Amino acid sequence: MTLPITGNASLVLAVVFGFIFGLLLQRGRVADYNTIVNQFRFKDFTVLKVMFTAIVVGGIGVLVLHQTGHAAYHIKPANMLGVVLGAGIFGIGMVTYGYCPGTGIAAVATGSVHALVGFAGMLAGGILYALSFSWVNEHILSVAALGKVRLPDVTGIADWVWFIILAAIAAVVFFAIERLAPTQKSPVGQ
Amino acid sequence: MNQTAKTACCSGFVTQSRWNPYLVGIGLGLLSWAVFGIVNNPLGVTTTLSQWAGAVAEPVIGAEGLRTNAYWAKELPKWDYGTFFLIGTFFGALVGAALSRDLRIEVVPAVWRERFGSSPAKRLVVAFVGGLLAMYGARMAGGCTSGNGLSGSMQLAVSGWTFFITMFATGLATAWLMFGRRGSSVRASSAESQKERVA
Repeated sequence: MTLPITGNASLVLAVVFGFIFGLLLQRGRVADYNTIVNQFRFKDFTVLKVMFTAIVVGGIGVLVLHQTGHAAYHIKPANMLGVVLGAGIFGIGMVTYGYCPGTGIAAVATGSVHALVGFAGMLAGGILYALSFSWVNEHILSVAALGKVRLPDVTGIADWVWFIILAAIAAVVFFAIERLAPTQKSPVGQ
Repeated sequence: MNQTAKTACCSGFVTQSRWNPYLVGIGLGLLSWAVFGIVNNPLGVTTTLSQWAGAVAEPVIGAEGLRTNAYWAKELPKWDYGTFFLIGTFFGALVGAALSRDLRIEVVPAVWRERFGSSPAKRLVVAFVGGLLAMYGARMAGGCTSGNGLSGSMQLAVSGWTFFITMFATGLATAWLMFGRRGSSVRASSAESQKERVA
């Protein structure tokens, strides 16, 4: 078996990996409007716990895979004006929609009608972006375009040091969160 | 934290509504190892959604219109990895919710209802506009919470961390403007129990 797997076999794996992704989002309660909005109100820290843990665990593994030649990086270009402006709009959208694109799709599956309407909004947004792309590309994406850079490139701090720092921050943040707002125990199993 | 080990071993794991968020985070991290190592395709959503948007627009602007659009020319709708991944995402959440008896029709969620009332029209209009903004912003930034926030950040990409921090900041400001500083009686726990009653 040679990696990466491509062709039709990768499409079967796509369904499997997507299935796991959707299941994790649903059981992680992040396919829930209330969980996501309450994160931004500092009333529920589920989103932060899930994402930060995923970044540290995933990042260390992907770093090892990359260093040993088993994975390629996929770095998105740091078009700084585009990323800042886009992320700024995205944050407004995420809180008003109450989902991000992936969790929105998961929420539609669980029966959320407003997630479905917002999904239609996402398709409309995709159409608008494509129609405005030429202008955006010329006037926004070209400003402060740093290329496909990584934090170790721009800071000179090595990858593994970054992960030690991130893991330490995660440990402190999680400890503080659990002291102030403990993870709710599952209703089942109690 | 002891609860984690206890619930993970027991039969309730398949049917329980909520898994420990740290376990879910570890799961997403391991899933990232798999998608990087096995299919060379990081977790991401909105590139594929742009293709779907193209499929929706095609009846109006035509196949030629898609091919000549500077953006869609690179992202023509097709049955590719990303599309099958999102179909899998849909069914993963569907099966998960079915097994935990969390399938339910939700038009106005609890936290929204407490602040803005139970009018479906109001909620649906804002959801549509919110989805539109989220998608537009994600494409301008080059990815969403998955492509930039998770996959980008774990690769220590400058774009990923810039996205994560910026979207969190405007998200906080938006939530503050919408909900103010006053406390809410509706927290995740009560929202959850409400759902259980419906289910």
